[in-house]
Amino acid sequence: MTDGTLIVAGAALGLGAGVSGAALPRRFRVTAAATLVWGACALEAAAAVHVLATGHPIVLRSAELLPFTGVDLVLNPLGALFVLLVAIVAVPATLHGIGYAQHGSATRSATCVFPIFVTTLLLVPSAGSVATFMVLWELMALTSLVLVLVDHGRSQAAQSAAAWYAVFTQGGAALILVGLLVLAAHANGQSFAAIAHHARHLAPAVRGLVFVVVLVGFGSKAGVVPFHVWLPKAHPEAPSPVSALMSGAMVALGVYGIVLVGDDLLGGGPVWWWLVVLGLGGASALFGSLHAASSTDLKRLLAYSTTDNIGLALLALGASGLFEATRHPLLASLGLVAALVLVLNHAAFKGALFLSAGSVQVATGTRDLDQLGGLLRRMPQTGALFLVAAAAITALPPLNGFIGEWLLFQALLHGAASGNTASDIAVPLAVAAMALTAGLTVVAFVKAVGIGFLGRPRSEAADGAVEVPITMRLAVGLLVGACIVLGVIPTLVFPAVERAVKTALPGVGTALLAHGVDVQLVGLRGVLAPATLAGTMTVAVLVVLMLRRVLAHQPAPRVVEAWGCGRQLQTARMQYTATSFAEPVQRVFDDVLRPVQDLDVSHVAESRYYIEAATFHNAVDDGIERGLYRPVIGAVRRWGQAARALQPGSVHRYLGYGLGALVLMLAALAMIA
Amino acid sequence: MSGISPMIGAGIASGVQVVAVGVGGPMLVGAMRKVRCRLEGRVGPPILQPLVDIRKLFRKQRLRPDQATWIFPLAPVALVATVAVAAVITPLATTRPALGSGSDLFVLVYLLLVGSTLLALAGLDAGTAFGGMGSSRAVTIGALAEPALLVTILALSATAHSSNLPAIVRATLGDPGSVATPQRLFALGSLLIVIVAESGRLPVDNPATHLELTMVHEAMILEYAGPDLALVTVGEAMRLTLLLGVFVNLVAPWGVATTTHVSAIAIGLGALGAKVAVVGVVLAVFEVSMAKVRLFRIPELLAGAFVLALLGVVSGLVVR
Repeated sequence: MTDGTLIVAGAALGLGAGVSGAALPRRFRVTAAATLVWGACALEAAAAVHVLATGHPIVLRSAELLPFTGVDLVLNPLGALFVLLVAIVAVPATLHGIGYAQHGSATRSATCVFPIFVTTLLLVPSAGSVATFMVLWELMALTSLVLVLVDHGRSQAAQSAAAWYAVFTQGGAALILVGLLVLAAHANGQSFAAIAHHARHLAPAVRGLVFVVVLVGFGSKAGVVPFHVWLPKAHPEAPSPVSALMSGAMVALGVYGIVLVGDDLLGGGPVWWWLVVLGLGGASALFGSLHAASSTDLKRLLAYSTTDNIGLALLALGASGLFEATRHPLLASLGLVAALVLVLNHAAFKGALFLSAGSVQVATGTRDLDQLGGLLRRMPQTGALFLVAAAAITALPPLNGFIGEWLLFQALLHGAASGNTASDIAVPLAVAAMALTAGLTVVAFVKAVGIGFLGRPRSEAADGAVEVPITMRLAVGLLVGACIVLGVIPTLVFPAVERAVKTALPGVGTALLAHGVDVQLVGLRGVLAPATLAGTMTVAVLVVLMLRRVLAHQPAPRVVEAWGCGRQLQTARMQYTATSFAEPVQRVFDDVLRPVQDLDVSHVAESRYYIEAATFHNAVDDGIERGLYRPVIGAVRRWGQAARALQPGSVHRYLGYGLGALVLMLAALAMIA
Repeated sequence: MSGISPMIGAGIASGVQVVAVGVGGPMLVGAMRKVRCRLEGRVGPPILQPLVDIRKLFRKQRLRPDQATWIFPLAPVALVATVAVAAVITPLATTRPALGSGSDLFVLVYLLLVGSTLLALAGLDAGTAFGGMGSSRAVTIGALAEPALLVTILALSATAHSSNLPAIVRATLGDPGSVATPQRLFALGSLLIVIVAESGRLPVDNPATHLELTMVHEAMILEYAGPDLALVTVGEAMRLTLLLGVFVNLVAPWGVATTTHVSAIAIGLGALGAKVAVVGVVLAVFEVSMAKVRLFRIPELLAGAFVLALLGVVSGLVVR
């Protein structure tokens, strides 16, 4: 059992990292904990690679470790893919954390909890029973909650964000627990294998109810609309390595949960399940991308874009389930491949983007795009890496985002002709949602790069920014490298993804064939040649550069002042800001975004024709938070206020309550008896 | 010339396509300008004027705004390069271009997106008000055109059960009746509106305007001068020609070469030129009779295109 040893040793190293992060003196603890975390990632990733290469799951059981239930670990190919995904984000995030820690968040609690958070992320996909899964899931939620609060001393917002996050993560976990317990009760056993065996014989109503409950539970972790409201609060407030892990890896585990329960445990379901998933995915993609396009806080923008990307993955997942329910196994397989590739790619580029946002925050002290600008000249490497990651998330070829979107589009395209009424209606709408999302993502990330990194600096902090330490750049570079490799040679990971798909949907065929470096859809007409495309694009750029050199009579440029309509001095305030850049989108979609705008003009006393000062205020808050959750919070608060009348502080009154309750209970017992 | 291998033939054909788009693009722009001028009662510049202008621009010195970074000179190069790659893989003169198996409508859309995204970034690079205004508007229009574009592709792909462009063109050649199906007609109507929007023609944007407040594309590239401006001009003209070339080969693919024989490619090239010229002239006539719409009316136009595309998909299902 050498493979099982890998998992156990990895977990031990991770816990050791937590202990050393807490116990070692300040000088050593960050590097020691980081080194041990890398060890844990390496061992778990090795186990995952082994599982993906052989296709045989690793099974471990210890009856002693957890009282009453024991610990079951089953690492199958589906879980192994997610373990790899976590490792891909965790290694650079930890490296980035070393540099980031020098700027404040190296508290003992942070260096202790961060390794445990990474370890639970690595272990959740290998949980093999309900108890093990829930314990690891809760540990992951609690450790991440502590990490959101690391900077609580510096910002009030962190406390509020942590409260929101706590409500959603605990509520979601409760729902997941309920759903899994129902399954376990029917299966007479709590191991996933037993549940999967018995779940097929459950009544359709029970299966449907369990699926919906678990979907909401995992959806709240994955940041799906309308359970996303914690993301744009918690992601910005957490330290950037933690945001990268939360957004790249933890949110992906929400998708893992839906695949695990929907496909692996319940073995697929009727059409309506998957239409719900499609609907949630489409709504998340549109809502997330729209808010990303209108956000002015860099990390808030990235958080909303996480909702958008997970929405796309759910679109693929929903399409996959839909095709399976309508007996198109090949399309179902393609859809699930698309979903997993989308999540994997998201981990790479979103990790890179959050880490570079952290670098920007370290260098300038702000993440407000309206205070940034000109960073590409001041932080050339961080800026260039952010640019490539942004290009990847906008799905520009030849980067990895494009591969995921292509697969999703192909699944939908071929599904459109599958001759089923549900898919006939759902598929064109899904394509439209995906397309508008893609367009809005361009707006969001042209804004992020163009306002944040180009032009003139909009504040002194941005003007004085200097490049961050090499470790932080290297961390982002690793993830950007993954974006490029996954974009140019996606065939490297397709066999692993196929194995994972076959675990979740046994009985489906292979959806993709690798022809050297080309990708071919099996049984469908579609070929993608990413490496050839990348090569051709490179050659074309070189040829055009050469042509420019040959044709231009004076190739060296002269540096001039930009055209300012004849004005002598140009200032940073004349540029477009993030707010003004997003204004057209905001105006087109004002029914959805409902921006709150406020223009205050004070006139000069002598004449109304002259303006003394004008202030403009524009805020786009989350419509779902305002419309759905604020009323609930308000009601709870009012009830709380009203209940204060019951507590006047009089001991007599309290004794009276006790007596009353006792009498009532006795009366109730008497009636039942 | 039947002795040469198909691969080399395809390579030559693709090379011809790139040159044709590169030289024909500015000529198409010149022809459209000429038609507009004549209809407005003016003589107008010669059709070759854009080519002369480009030659003139290459002789000027390159200028670079003081705040600009490497994105500013890179964007025009990337624009021309990506359109050229698109011209290599797209079936314009022949249905067997080089790398044709990877010639996917979806790939084509995203390939063209590379150039427009980098130009939008370059608009923000100089740190001026106009650049930001232009790129903000350009990306908004692009975002709104996207749903119509992808649903159109969905409708167009139905005939061939593939989004592979050569396969669609070949399927149309094999089944000429498919051109006149409601599905195809709705989709092509939508595609034409999207092409007009994406290439910044009237009524979405006025390429001849020099009033800053109404400019979209021209505001975005305001800082470019000399050889860089020449590249932007060539790139934009190439993109218009390429998109119209795709359009005509979907409307009426006849004449396009199905082999890589020299004579067939020559005929295909001639047919392509004639068809694109006809569509260009029609567009120019259309433009004369039309004013630019307000910026915030453009969403309605593009929503109309989206509805057309959706009608295309739906009618395809009904007819089936």
